[in-house]
Amino acid sequence: MSTGERPEASSRTIIETRGLRRIFSTRRGPVEAVAGVDLSVAAGTIFGFLGPNGAGKTTTLRMLTTLLPPTGGEATVAGCDLRREPARVRQRVGYVSQRGGSDGAVTGRSEVVFQARLYGMSAADARARARELIASFQLDECADRRTQSYSGGQRRRLDLACGLVHRPQLLFLDEPTTGLDPQSRAHLWEEVRRLRAEGTSIFLTTHYLEEADQLCDQLTIIDQGRLVAAGTPSELKRQIAGDVVTLGVGGDPQRAVELLQRQPFVRETTAGADEVRCFVDRGETATPALLRLLDGAGIELRSLSLSRPSLDDVFLRQTGRRLREEAA
Amino acid sequence: MKTLRDTALVFQRYFGIFVSNPAWVVIGAVQPLLYLLLFAPLLKSIAATPGFPHGGAYNVFVPGLLIQLGLFGSTGVGFGLIADLRAGVIERLRVTPVSRLALLLGRALRDIVTLELQSLILIAVAIPFGLRINAAGLLIMLALVALIGLTMGSIAYALALWLGDENSYAPLIFTASLPLLLLSGVLLPLSLAPTWLRDIAAVNPLSYAVTAARAIFLGHLGNRSVVEGVAIFAVLTAVSMLLAVRRFSRAIA
Repeated sequence: MSTGERPEASSRTIIETRGLRRIFSTRRGPVEAVAGVDLSVAAGTIFGFLGPNGAGKTTTLRMLTTLLPPTGGEATVAGCDLRREPARVRQRVGYVSQRGGSDGAVTGRSEVVFQARLYGMSAADARARARELIASFQLDECADRRTQSYSGGQRRRLDLACGLVHRPQLLFLDEPTTGLDPQSRAHLWEEVRRLRAEGTSIFLTTHYLEEADQLCDQLTIIDQGRLVAAGTPSELKRQIAGDVVTLGVGGDPQRAVELLQRQPFVRETTAGADEVRCFVDRGETATPALLRLLDGAGIELRSLSLSRPSLDDVFLRQTGRRLREEAA
Repeated sequence: MKTLRDTALVFQRYFGIFVSNPAWVVIGAVQPLLYLLLFAPLLKSIAATPGFPHGGAYNVFVPGLLIQLGLFGSTGVGFGLIADLRAGVIERLRVTPVSRLALLLGRALRDIVTLELQSLILIAVAIPFGLRINAAGLLIMLALVALIGLTMGSIAYALALWLGDENSYAPLIFTASLPLLLLSGVLLPLSLAPTWLRDIAAVNPLSYAVTAARAIFLGHLGNRSVVEGVAIFAVLTAVSMLLAVRRFSRAIA
């Protein structure tokens, strides 16, 4: 898979959906788990699908990976029509589910070999590919032990190795770091970035805001089966409130507020006991201007801090609920 | 072709798991052996009772044990499927282009191969006690055990997919198989039974299998009961496998 085969990866879309829906029939009547989702995912990026448990993340993912037939809508995944060509989609995408899916009674190596054989590789090719993946995911030490003895991090790396055995163009990861310790989580993020650097597109679901923020190029927030927001992590954060510059001032803060409110680049200013909170679109360019203004007006500046709204704020604004509580 | 290749791969994997845990092989063979060693001697004293079939205690009892092995050996297969579903193994395999049918057939093949191995162990151990069987009889007997195993296994898989958890699967499958066993004449021949019991047993397909198995061990291979027993289970196998395949492809598209 040379880079020549994927010219201007960013201009291609790897997933395109129109009105993708899934209705489950339950004893209490039909439940619309995914209520018409339009997605457009650029090739070669890490795409984050963010939402609380039960929002429809996994259902969407299961539809896109051919595990669950959609009730309605259209989707093109890795260049193939999801409904008409599920077999071709399977050849081109990899999927690592939340539960992983390795058998505790089998060694890691035989899991990878078996997976490779299912994609049609010969026994020799499958063994060679397994050796390659085991080395690249640093599983040499445990590859010939049964997976029931693996640590959480080792098991996740094995799951990734299985999901990548056929060199998919697109890899789906369902809650990839849930239950991992911070070190394994950081390690997994590195692996995911490495895959992107090698040209693999990644679609991941998460309910960790930090993960979405740190790892993803593009984010879409889903809640109760509907998309509620989309953009890059910083676009989403800017969309809600801009940056907050907190200024500690000497004397009456009201003077500073009156001065700052007149500036066109300041959206809103609020006064505290001895500080002023200033909401601006771009904190990094606004800060020097604020400093000059206060200096020019003879207002003493004691402290300054710049903070950005978190994705948690975005989620709260879009859905009226906090994500962390939902995820607990 | 692809289905065959995939079935072989799935079979290899599950058979590998089975052999890599010798405890399962031993447990599978020990139960019928215990019956053979601890129960069959009791039959010796009643073998002379009027109504007891001809052929001696072991030639009457071992055929029944083989049928029992076919019945109980296959009722447990649903546990493995439920565990795999829960661990996400099946889901992981479904995202690959593997033939869906192969996922079921590979497992069923593993079940049948283990069943046949256990049957051979049982027959081999019983021969020193006076069991007699010829090569043709052995083949027909193994085929009959395989058909029973496939029938019960298919029902077990369909039930496991339908119920989805061990806590409802276990009581249901064991409660359902016990009357099947008791009404089959496995432990004691139904010829000793009162008429009403024999009448109920007449609708139990397993009782035909047991009668067929006893005829096979007496060397009456062309006997009508052998044809009946094998035919009944050939039909049941076809029907139950169809059911399991449909259930499987519905649950696991």
